[in-house]
Amino acid sequence: MTPTKAQKTFVYVLLILFAALWLFPVVWIFLSSFKNNTELYQFPPSLLPQQITFEHFINAFEKGNFGRYFVNSAIVAVTSTLLLLLINSMAGFALAKYRFWGGTFLLLAFISTLMIPLEVIMIPIFKVLSALGLYNSLLALIIPPAATPTGVFLLRQYLLTVPDELLEASRIDGANEWTIYWKVVLPLCRPILAALAIFSFMWRWDDFLWPLIAISDPNKYTVQLALSNFIGEFNVDWGSLLAMSVITMIPVLIVFLVFQKHLVSGMVTSGMK
Amino acid sequence: MSTESIAAHPQPVNKRKRKLQLAPYLFVLPNLLIFTVFIVIPTILGAVYSFHEYDGLNPMTFIGIENYAEIFTDVKFWQTLGKTATYAIIVVPLIYICALGIAILLVQQIVLKGFFRAIFYWPTMISFIIVGLTWRWIFGELGIINGVLEAVGKDSVSFLSDPFFAKLTVIIAAVWSRLGFFMVIFVAGLLAIPKDYYEAAHLDGASKLRAFFHITLPLLKPTTLLVVMLTTIEAFKAYPLMFALTGGGPNKATTYIVQYIYETGFAKQELGLASAMSIVLFVIITIFTVLQFKLTKGGEN
Repeated sequence: MTPTKAQKTFVYVLLILFAALWLFPVVWIFLSSFKNNTELYQFPPSLLPQQITFEHFINAFEKGNFGRYFVNSAIVAVTSTLLLLLINSMAGFALAKYRFWGGTFLLLAFISTLMIPLEVIMIPIFKVLSALGLYNSLLALIIPPAATPTGVFLLRQYLLTVPDELLEASRIDGANEWTIYWKVVLPLCRPILAALAIFSFMWRWDDFLWPLIAISDPNKYTVQLALSNFIGEFNVDWGSLLAMSVITMIPVLIVFLVFQKHLVSGMVTSGMK
Repeated sequence: MSTESIAAHPQPVNKRKRKLQLAPYLFVLPNLLIFTVFIVIPTILGAVYSFHEYDGLNPMTFIGIENYAEIFTDVKFWQTLGKTATYAIIVVPLIYICALGIAILLVQQIVLKGFFRAIFYWPTMISFIIVGLTWRWIFGELGIINGVLEAVGKDSVSFLSDPFFAKLTVIIAAVWSRLGFFMVIFVAGLLAIPKDYYEAAHLDGASKLRAFFHITLPLLKPTTLLVVMLTTIEAFKAYPLMFALTGGGPNKATTYIVQYIYETGFAKQELGLASAMSIVLFVIITIFTVLQFKLTKGGEN
């Protein structure tokens, strides 16, 4: 069954070819973001910047108000993720470890919300946000997306494997239900919580449709909303746009580099949408 | 003494039981509230709007199924739905073939496996907005593709202002951005196939191609169905990528169904009509989800 040398070479050639194709777009905008405007609009373009300049990065922050959008996105991604971890694990715990009236119904109801994508309810959601006074508030980007059926389901499945005796022992020691959740259950869930945190951070950081519906005030823009706004302008300032894109990719890139072994292992990904 | 301890025992247990009843509800409450307010209520509202004429400002007026009747005769709606379906019919097999192909290469005995996987996976973590503007920068009038065309002596192409090339650009960007996600699912599926099968096939003198069609593909059926259904649903929900890449143009060539609904609701202020369109989209997506559920179950048997 050992492959012949020709077969091996074929596999490598194909892989390297595709990998180069897949790597190129990001490398290209990275290189372009360091070119000055003359080089940026020069045709045909040069591969490498002849003179490395940071002017677009400086412009993005000084003229483009990019710092504000970056902070907004960071607030949303971090707080929404923390909220997600808290409330999803609470619900997952209840649905895995208690027998209570309506429990099965709630589990099915939670999962069935997966059937209703945001794309289908964006118009009424806009009205609901307005009615609650959440329109143009970062809270609209933090609270609603924190309840995820995927998160609840994964945590429930995970907690089903935890023996009841462990919780019973704490109860006998006099711990109340909240203490059991906080001191026993939460630490047990650490691996799955870490996986969820990565995805939640990425979902919120990259999200576009929620902010598009919920935010119109430029002071509340997230990075994605700001980018989409700049690209819609009549005269697109590509220099700033490319610099902003490069900065916007950095947090997700860090998350990716730190956790990429877990991400590409498939175990985590297959459960996530 | 023993009777005393038995008699004394039930009381705290009862107390515990009452507490047990309340705790799960409190634990579920935050999720339940959010789901109710931001999914259940909007779904009901959307259904209600769909039977009303509503501009979002003035009180709505009940018009029965008139919105649905309007959709039925709205040529643009069906054209847009048709365009979306065409997009799905092209992008779904393309993602399937590319993701499976790369996954097969990656399960071979090769060096730098993790490095290659990372390169293909990384684009899935980039937002559609950045994916869109990256490819817009590459395919633009002064972009690198035109630079290469110029270098080999060809005329440059206005990729983004030509309907055919704009659609092609969107498809390329979509495949580039989503391949890694499905590749990972395929790798997991491929690794689950026992190696003995291939060894037996090899001993029987079967070629690699035969082994692929008679072992790999049949055993990969559950994964295949999952990937096909997920990509199909994704294709029908596509909007953010086009927002940044083509803006839906040129001349609406890459305006797909979600953008059409968005514009009907938010630009034209026809909330009732847009809600009715959403329900049509919901029915379409539900059909695919149910199919996915049924078929994947069938695939596992």
